[in-house]
Amino acid sequence: MEPLVIRGREALGKVTFIEHDNTEHVTEFEAGSTLMQVAVDNAIPGIDGDCGGECACGTCHMIVADEWFDKTGDTPGDDEEQMLSMTPERAKTSRLGCQIKTTEAMDGIIVYLPEFQM
Amino acid sequence: MTTQSQTIHTRLVNATSKLVPMHWQIRTLKQVMRAKKKVFGPLRPMPNFVESPVPDVNALALEDIDPSNPFLYRQDQWRAYFKRLRDEAPVHYQKNSPFGPFWSVTRYEDILFVDKNHELFSSEPQIILGDPPEGLSVEMFIAMDPPKHDVQRRAVQGVVAPQNLKEMEGLIRRRTGEVLDSLPLGEAFNWVPAVSKELTGRMLATLLDFPYEERHKLVDWSDRLSGAASATGGQFTDENVMFDDAADMAWSFSRLWRDKAARRAAGEEPGFDLISMLQINEDTKDLIDRPMEFIGNLALLIVGGNDTTRNSMSGGVLALNQFPEEFDKLKANPELIPNMVSEIIRWQTPLAHMRRVATQDVELRGKTIKKGDRVLMWYASGNRDERKFENPDQLIIDRKDARNHISFGYGIHRCMGNRLAELQLRILWEELLERFDSIEVVGEAERVQSNFVRGYSKLMVKLTPRK
Ligand code: HEM
Ligand code: FES
Repeated sequence: MEPLVIRGREALGKVTFIEHDNTEHVTEFEAGSTLMQVAVDNAIPGIDGDCGGECACGTCHMIVADEWFDKTGDTPGDDEEQMLSMTPERAKTSRLGCQIKTTEAMDGIIVYLPEFQM
Repeated sequence: MTTQSQTIHTRLVNATSKLVPMHWQIRTLKQVMRAKKKVFGPLRPMPNFVESPVPDVNALALEDIDPSNPFLYRQDQWRAYFKRLRDEAPVHYQKNSPFGPFWSVTRYEDILFVDKNHELFSSEPQIILGDPPEGLSVEMFIAMDPPKHDVQRRAVQGVVAPQNLKEMEGLIRRRTGEVLDSLPLGEAFNWVPAVSKELTGRMLATLLDFPYEERHKLVDWSDRLSGAASATGGQFTDENVMFDDAADMAWSFSRLWRDKAARRAAGEEPGFDLISMLQINEDTKDLIDRPMEFIGNLALLIVGGNDTTRNSMSGGVLALNQFPEEFDKLKANPELIPNMVSEIIRWQTPLAHMRRVATQDVELRGKTIKKGDRVLMWYASGNRDERKFENPDQLIIDRKDARNHISFGYGIHRCMGNRLAELQLRILWEELLERFDSIEVVGEAERVQSNFVRGYSKLMVKLTPRK
């Protein structure tokens, strides 16, 4: 398979964002960024990321597809849990995108976007 | 008054609430406090601020800089004051203010640090610098720490959650249109009462399902609550009036509550309004039996949603007059409205600060903030921090990082009404562009006296209808 290349650098994998109305966006990601950053860089609608990734605004809420949840690393930390608990559309596999660091194991990951951000 | 005796008052009020109507109890509390002051003298004399010219910040020693001066904003001195603090003393201690000693944090990055670390910096017992009138301490979740804060916020946030707002958008647009269609054309009028106050008053009445023709009451209560001299350096100095307001509020809201309860008992569907939401939530269905909390939560929504949005509505008009090329940009690109709304909220920063109290000694930029010290996060300064925003004093409606503004705060207390505020402002500007070619400010804007609310009392404008 051809390696994916983003702006001259080697991509680590692909992520599929699925909006509330089922519109799909497939984008590539590099190592070490966060899913919030990937979404914002690629102008995926519905991810604001107001606090710039500080886990302090809750506007990068994503719902990870069940089968991918394990691959997103740690379960939410205390700060993340607290912000998530105030999110109206909270689901079992909810995460804040800014707290998910991309890794190789996440190639192909599917995440759903809520209808609204808090 | 000590927190302890405060707590006892609250308990007393709660314990008797089933027997004695809430507003009577507050009246009684007022008599008790009055009698106590007669005997012991006031514990906290109500300050009365008299306006005099604010000194040039560069003529002051660092330690004499007092950002709590309620005339800094009115006299348009605040930018120079905060710039000096950001550059020379980003974590600054003022020992002798009329409100007592306090720390000021003025850089964006440091404010974010304080806001995020709620275990180091408590929101209790309140989030403004000064104290409310003695004996009158209502309980609001904005001034609570977890876990109590989280439980209460969850109970009410549905009313302003985007899902609910979708239901309300049409109504907000219709009411905005009605107000705009009634404005005079080609002659000067005061934008503040005619548009900003009127629209936010209508919105509050909708959220609370408050009797529509009495909606001015909501606005008046809110103005007096946030305008107390002892609390924010504002113009209201009569404590009796504040007790009367609280009693009035308690009476109106109790009536509203009982009314709704009766209608639901008779089989009516619960509405999208706040009271209905509280009544169907397990944690809050008995809120009426905890009066100080009950009034607190309602007052929080009224105050939170009142002059903040109102002053953004006026501030936007003023800013677009100060930066006319941005208005041209807007007319050519109306799709910029959502981003412009964030930029206006950054530029205006309707609430200058929030206060915290250190729960332990914390070192920040080489200074030791002692346990128990009060800390003010100056959002107004963070939003003009040149380390974070390019040309921060300029309104740039297509600014890339406008949404990073700090006007809503960050962390667990981040503004619950932020989506509602954005929605109201977006609709206002969409409807304005439909109708008018220009909104010209004629004459100097008049600003309110406060170290907390950054707003306008007068903004004379002239409208030119769209060709
Ligand atoms: C442009 C308009 C607004 C601004 C600038 C603003 C600003 C703020 C800020 C700075 C806080 C954080 C408090 C803290 O960290 O201690 C806050 C909290 C809050 N705001 Fe707003 N606000 C606005 C509009 C509204 C509206 C429209 C409502 C409701 C109708 C509202 C209701 C609240 C509530 C309930 C809280 C407390 C949240 C908590 O403690 O968890 N606000 N607001
Ligand atoms: S970007 Fe603010 S919480 Fe993720």
